Amino acid sequence: MKKLITLAITAIMVTAWSAAAFASEVVVYSARKEHLIKPLFEAYTAETGVKVKYITGKAGALLERIKAEGANTPADLFITVDAGNLWHAANEGVLAPVKSATLEKNVPAHLRDPENRWAGLSVRARTIVYNKNKVKPEELSTYEALGDAKWKDRLLLRTSKKVYNQSLVASFIAEKGAAETEKIVKSWVNNMPVTPFSSDTKTLEAIVAGVGDVAVVNTYYFGRLLKKNPDLPLAIFWPNQKTSGVHVNVSGAGVTAHAKHKEEAVKLLEWLSSAKAQGKFASLNMEYPVNPEVKPDPIVAAWGEFKENPMNVSKYGEYQAEAIKLMDRAGYK
Amino acid sequence: MAQEITHNTAGGKPPVSRRMNIRIKSPAWFALAGALALVAAAPLLVILSFLLSPNPEIWSHLAENVLSTLAVNTVLLLICIIPLTAFSGVGLGWLTGACEFPGRKFFSWALVLPFAIPPYVFAFVYLGIFDFTGPVQSFIRSIFPAIGFIDIRNFGGVSLILSLAFYPYVYLMSRSAFMTQGRTAIEAARTLGLSPSRAFFKVALPMARPFIAAGLVLVCMESLADFGAVSIFNYDTFTNAIYKAWFGMFSLESAAQLSSILAIIVLTALVAEQKMRSRMRYTEAGRSNKTDRLQLSGPWKWLAFASCSMMFFLAFALPCIKLLQWGFEAIESDLGRYLEYGLNTLLLGLAGAAITTAAALALSFAKRNDPGPLMNWSSRIATLGYALPGTVLAVGIFIPAAWLDSTLATVFKPLGIDSSNMIQGSLGLMIAAYGIRFLAAGFGAVDSAIQRITPSIGEAARTLGATGMNMLRRVYMPMLKKGLFTGAILVLVDVMKEMPITLMMRPFGWDTLAVKIYEYTSEGEWELAAVPAVILILVGLFPVILLTRQMDK
Repeated sequence: MKKLITLAITAIMVTAWSAAAFASEVVVYSARKEHLIKPLFEAYTAETGVKVKYITGKAGALLERIKAEGANTPADLFITVDAGNLWHAANEGVLAPVKSATLEKNVPAHLRDPENRWAGLSVRARTIVYNKNKVKPEELSTYEALGDAKWKDRLLLRTSKKVYNQSLVASFIAEKGAAETEKIVKSWVNNMPVTPFSSDTKTLEAIVAGVGDVAVVNTYYFGRLLKKNPDLPLAIFWPNQKTSGVHVNVSGAGVTAHAKHKEEAVKLLEWLSSAKAQGKFASLNMEYPVNPEVKPDPIVAAWGEFKENPMNVSKYGEYQAEAIKLMDRAGYK
Repeated sequence: MAQEITHNTAGGKPPVSRRMNIRIKSPAWFALAGALALVAAAPLLVILSFLLSPNPEIWSHLAENVLSTLAVNTVLLLICIIPLTAFSGVGLGWLTGACEFPGRKFFSWALVLPFAIPPYVFAFVYLGIFDFTGPVQSFIRSIFPAIGFIDIRNFGGVSLILSLAFYPYVYLMSRSAFMTQGRTAIEAARTLGLSPSRAFFKVALPMARPFIAAGLVLVCMESLADFGAVSIFNYDTFTNAIYKAWFGMFSLESAAQLSSILAIIVLTALVAEQKMRSRMRYTEAGRSNKTDRLQLSGPWKWLAFASCSMMFFLAFALPCIKLLQWGFEAIESDLGRYLEYGLNTLLLGLAGAAITTAAALALSFAKRNDPGPLMNWSSRIATLGYALPGTVLAVGIFIPAAWLDSTLATVFKPLGIDSSNMIQGSLGLMIAAYGIRFLAAGFGAVDSAIQRITPSIGEAARTLGATGMNMLRRVYMPMLKKGLFTGAILVLVDVMKEMPITLMMRPFGWDTLAVKIYEYTSEGEWELAAVPAVILILVGLFPVILLTRQMDK
């Protein structure tokens, strides 16, 4: 009934939230899913008494919303997945630089914006997963080598429309240049027996079903699947250990340029990077903490140590548009 | 005003001609319709305004590498979906609307139910059923062990999925046409000695054509706007490309260019539909309740039963079984939350349906009163947004809303009133956005119904002294009831299924079931998505059943 009354009132164009802003609240727009952030916000409110109001949605659409809202935006903090998305938000001018010793201490430099407009909060590695019954780990070496003839009709990838693959290809462009990268992507396309899949989970399930034998996925998708079904014949391989290192990406956040509760937003961001929040933030999604002080979840730690690519993740955003065009040209759907 | 109504001869002008004499001399109507059309067209115009600053570099990339694939894929899709939905929608609409056979009562509303299942849910359910390890492929392999992975993620698969999801548009529209006139006409034709099948093709079908065409236009638009299903199948259409251009390359111009191609395709379809209509006759909507249905005999009645059962199974029962199976695997402890999501979903649906149907009625009434090219074009432009992907439309709505807010602020600030975000992020704006998005659905249903009210009725009413609102209320409304209900069902269920606008524009605390489905499907967690999907279908059942019953009264 209360809802009905609200509806009746708002139908005559009255604001749904009160214009009076509470000093002790902070408003978050998040492209990270609700079930991965809600427990943290609840913990934060319990600890500080500050209320966290949040809304979730698609990264691109939320960014457009903040842009359209301009100086009126209610958003104080923008949380999103993928460094490319964070770079875009900074590039579109919706994030403000935050000078914070806490963030500098808690977040390694290559997982932060060089201009301090955003910081990574969790790390995921985009790595190779293979079918243990069909592939020996010594047959694997690098991402680039997945284009070799021996993987003909055995390589499965997620669609190029997903930003994680765009970031992977963008990092290649940053490292090797477009021409070399295009050759690699084309060789991958040649080795795929079926259309790329719409999600990492489906790609892994297809490996189990025997549609292909190797795939490139984010670590936490592998973790989730194994958690549900520990008997699957899947294993992780850390590629490029003798060369550039494993491609890592982040989920992260930045304070908006027109934040109404700027101080609160900075405090929340610092808290999310702190040792006490990091363990929870990462383990909720089986990711790696950004904070070097914090150990990953035992399940995640069991996948072993690896050398990661030290490239600053903001490069993924810089080369994203070029990566999309390159994948179009290479016929990577 | 000329008091002349041209009577129809074959190929002659329709009776609803320029000379129509039921004008209600009220500029208010016209202003209202104009305002509605303008508001509805605003987002599209905002998007198209980015065309003014083209980005030749990205455009040439698209033209070189992507565009031909998109065009071929999109055309193939429509070539497949139109006949599939036309055939199934009209056939089933005829059976339940005008015939009598075992199970007719049940099927007449049960065949609307697939409408409550969003296309993106169809997509992931059917992929699950046809998975390599799923029941179908396992069965095939048990007979032919040599067969490898059969991939249904191709244009055939996409067309079938979208046809299952969208045939109810055609079904609902044609069914209401057959119910209101088909039976009377058939009876007349039968007394003149035509066989039932000839009567259907010669009399009933031509009479229902404007309705069927309106339904098919909606199917086309929905297919063009679909993002969820095609992305699960990774099938490249304009929608994907628009998203990539906008949210990947941050090129609004290219997104606008692609959107305008979509708009042009739809405009062409709309004009073609109009051309088709202009050669048609509209006949009075008879009151057919007294007329007996066509009793199907012997084998025919079982054939009718079988075809209805088959459609019901494929488009509703089977997906539901699969969803329930997943849902039980992933059942969550806090189902209580879903009550709130369900309530939100229903409330938004009802509000959206009310506003949209009212707007559609006003628009088609104004068009009726002033049937000129101006009104025709403005109603076309007003409904174009339906073919744009939801997110793009949402951005197009957000930009003018934000501008309006800042304009209001400059007015209110000096007065010491804080009006920031009066419009943005308000529930009112979101419901208005639904109205803009789904005006086409409401308008199609209402407009086809209004077109069938012959001018002579207006004439008669006027000689009896009815005017303006009175005329609308006492003469038109009773005759339009079925059309309005059809439009209301379409919009209500459409709003409940809607994802992108809700995702982007909802105020805090207005999560819906569709939002939850998105959160899970975008991560490939289909089992988890099954829980909100099942609840969405359950919530959708209630209004669908209620309104279908209303229509049948």
